[in-house]
Amino acid sequence: MSVMGLFFVFIASVAVLYLARQGVMQSPWLEEGEVATHPDARGLAPPPAAKVGLIVFLAVAGCLFSLLAAAFFMRMESADWRSPPAPAILWVNTVTLALSSALLHAAKRAAQRDALQPLRARLSASGAAAALFLFGQMWAWREMAAQGFYAASNPANAFFYLLTGTHALHLFGGLVALARALDRARGATSVHEVETIVDLCAIYWSFLFVVWLAMLAMLSGGADGLGVICRRLLA
Amino acid sequence: MTDAALEHGAGVPTAEVEELELYHPHGWITKYVFCQDAKYIALQYSGTAIAIGLLALLMSWVIRIQLAFPGAIPFIDANVYYQSVTMHGMIMVVYLLTAIFLGGFGNYLIPLMVGARDMVFPFVNMLSYWVYLLAVIVLAASYFAPGGPTGAGWTLYPPQAILSGTPGREWGIILMLASLALFIIGFTMGGLNYVVTVLQGRTRGMTLMRMPLTVWGIFAAAVMALLAFPGLFVAAVMLLLDRTLGTSFFMPAIVEFGEHSKTQGGSPILFQHLFWFFGHPEVYIVALPAFGMVSDLIATHARKNIFGYRMMVWAIVAIGVLSMIVWGHHMYVSGMDPWFGFFFAVTTLAIAVPTALKVYNWVLTLWRADIHFTTPMLFALGFLVTFVNGGLTGLYLGNVIVDVPLSATMFVVAHFHMVMGVAPILVIFGAIYHWYPKITGRMMDETLGKIHFWITFLGAYAIFFPMHYLGVLGVPRRFYELGETAFVPPSAATLNVVITVMALIVGFAQSIFFLNLFKSLKYGKPAGGNPWRATTLEWQTPETPPGHGNFGPKLPIVYRWAYAYNVPGAPEDYLPQNAPPLTVEHRS
Repeated sequence: MSVMGLFFVFIASVAVLYLARQGVMQSPWLEEGEVATHPDARGLAPPPAAKVGLIVFLAVAGCLFSLLAAAFFMRMESADWRSPPAPAILWVNTVTLALSSALLHAAKRAAQRDALQPLRARLSASGAAAALFLFGQMWAWREMAAQGFYAASNPANAFFYLLTGTHALHLFGGLVALARALDRARGATSVHEVETIVDLCAIYWSFLFVVWLAMLAMLSGGADGLGVICRRLLA
Repeated sequence: MTDAALEHGAGVPTAEVEELELYHPHGWITKYVFCQDAKYIALQYSGTAIAIGLLALLMSWVIRIQLAFPGAIPFIDANVYYQSVTMHGMIMVVYLLTAIFLGGFGNYLIPLMVGARDMVFPFVNMLSYWVYLLAVIVLAASYFAPGGPTGAGWTLYPPQAILSGTPGREWGIILMLASLALFIIGFTMGGLNYVVTVLQGRTRGMTLMRMPLTVWGIFAAAVMALLAFPGLFVAAVMLLLDRTLGTSFFMPAIVEFGEHSKTQGGSPILFQHLFWFFGHPEVYIVALPAFGMVSDLIATHARKNIFGYRMMVWAIVAIGVLSMIVWGHHMYVSGMDPWFGFFFAVTTLAIAVPTALKVYNWVLTLWRADIHFTTPMLFALGFLVTFVNGGLTGLYLGNVIVDVPLSATMFVVAHFHMVMGVAPILVIFGAIYHWYPKITGRMMDETLGKIHFWITFLGAYAIFFPMHYLGVLGVPRRFYELGETAFVPPSAATLNVVITVMALIVGFAQSIFFLNLFKSLKYGKPAGGNPWRATTLEWQTPETPPGHGNFGPKLPIVYRWAYAYNVPGAPEDYLPQNAPPLTVEHRS
């Protein structure tokens, strides 16, 4: 559970720092009248609610993935654990997802430059790359199954399907949002109508890409050392 | 107020909203079924939670009747007993308490108390309720599935939860796990709303430190729930895969009826870690909203500002953080490294500090206050006593060496019922009596309310106090039948009869509450906008019950904290949060 512990320390520090900046040291019983701590009063526009919502959701999803990682490292200790060879297509998929994420960031820059046409093109390309990634993941599943690495035959295989499946479902949810962004961008006359949603998609994609890199390290055996460290810490 | 603050204030956008129309539902379906108004969703959540909670109450009677009169009712066999224990626990903890505190009170009170027109994502909020309802239906469906609901105990520990011989092994466990996964998805949608509304939706002047403690409690609980429920989600999904696909995440090598299982090496302890990573914060997910509401109840009905508001906020945050790192104290007897036990005992006992701080502050708020013994106040005081009681036995169980002999006895049952059963439920009742006038525009009957309080409060003590004694005697929990043992004296059986009779009485007494609830809807005294003369924003709405959009054309502006009671020089003994600052003449 030390993976979880690290994640939790991170979340707790962010929360405590945020609260400290929001004035939990104030003495509200002494202060009366309008106060100047309204975000607008400092001349800063508050971030859109959807962005805050997404950040909170990323904390939840991060929690989910770190718990899965914690379970992965704990289960790994058993003698029956036999890591399957990671299908080679995973490396291709990694490049596809990186491309998809990079294209979204390019779309975000296009939105900042007020260029509607490149924005649409980059959104579609990014969506296509993400769909290709999902297709590639399914291919990896098929390859695993074809070689006889079934979920029931070994916990390592089961974790392979569980981790990639959870990640794919999250990306699929992101694709729904991306489709909406694209739909809105098609009908939009100004980038301001889609600026926020493109921004949110870009953040979400970066998150999923980082999660995927960590997952890839776990599945390809690159993170075995981390498991050993975790066990040392616990033992 | 300084000039600088005024100048800054000038930059704040006006609180008017032109598109108030947006908040009006168009048509019957959007008004009464797929409603996006948080207040209506709150009622839907509460109604569903109470309905399924009544089923759980029925289950508790089945348990109690079997314990007092073993075998007296032929229908209650061992399977039914274990199914009842499981469903009672799971429904009460997750589907009633969590849902009613966050989905019910959270939805009703957060937007009103922070001065928002609605939750920030009303559509997601509506979806949250419907997914919750689906989860409840899936859970209830297990009663009609072959083999009935699961009887694995509410902790659903593998391997026994999915082995043959456990009731509900065929469908019950699958439906239970699916229902939990749905509940968590639905809750996450709602939880995002509660958190983001508090962060983003506050009206002008409502700083975090001016929020009523109710909002603080619900906010902290929602954050904790968002972070803790993934633990249960992961555990449920993995157990579901073990059950359906035959994976061995949790399933060790097992010899069952002389046959070796295909699974090997799985770790039941891993499940316990994941489950309790959710399970312990869950206690505080239920307790923190109760803490918050009880603070507001006490301040309002004692006409005094809450003692140590800032400490109360810090204590809520501290409890929230600490409660995420204490889950191991549920696993003292699972066999772990002694240093682990040491660590978890220390963190567990450390929670006593912020918790005790809150109790002191409540008591000091009451000290020399103008206490009105209204029904909500009685329930708040009942909570205070009960929570201290349950908290003290928690100190015993938090110590490893004391926990080991008491583990799996009735002492544990008594402890957690006091601290997270009776105490939060007393707050729920108090809160319903308190906010009912705002929700319906009518007062509840005080006499019936007081009768309800005394029967419930004294009855709950008659039920759970003797259980501590049974636990110390060594009476084990979860046992279908005690039979004859060398160490349990026959008097324990007599005590069991007393407890059961009281449980039946208290259960039936709740009909007084429901009678009051429905009768007052029509015949209750008209309440007016602010019957308790309270300061917080929900009592200052132009209409009662508040209309769509909550505050009419103009959002309120907040000038002070939520506890301005008996301010010297004020015209009345309370100052609403949105009343303009007192003039100099008032102050002199």
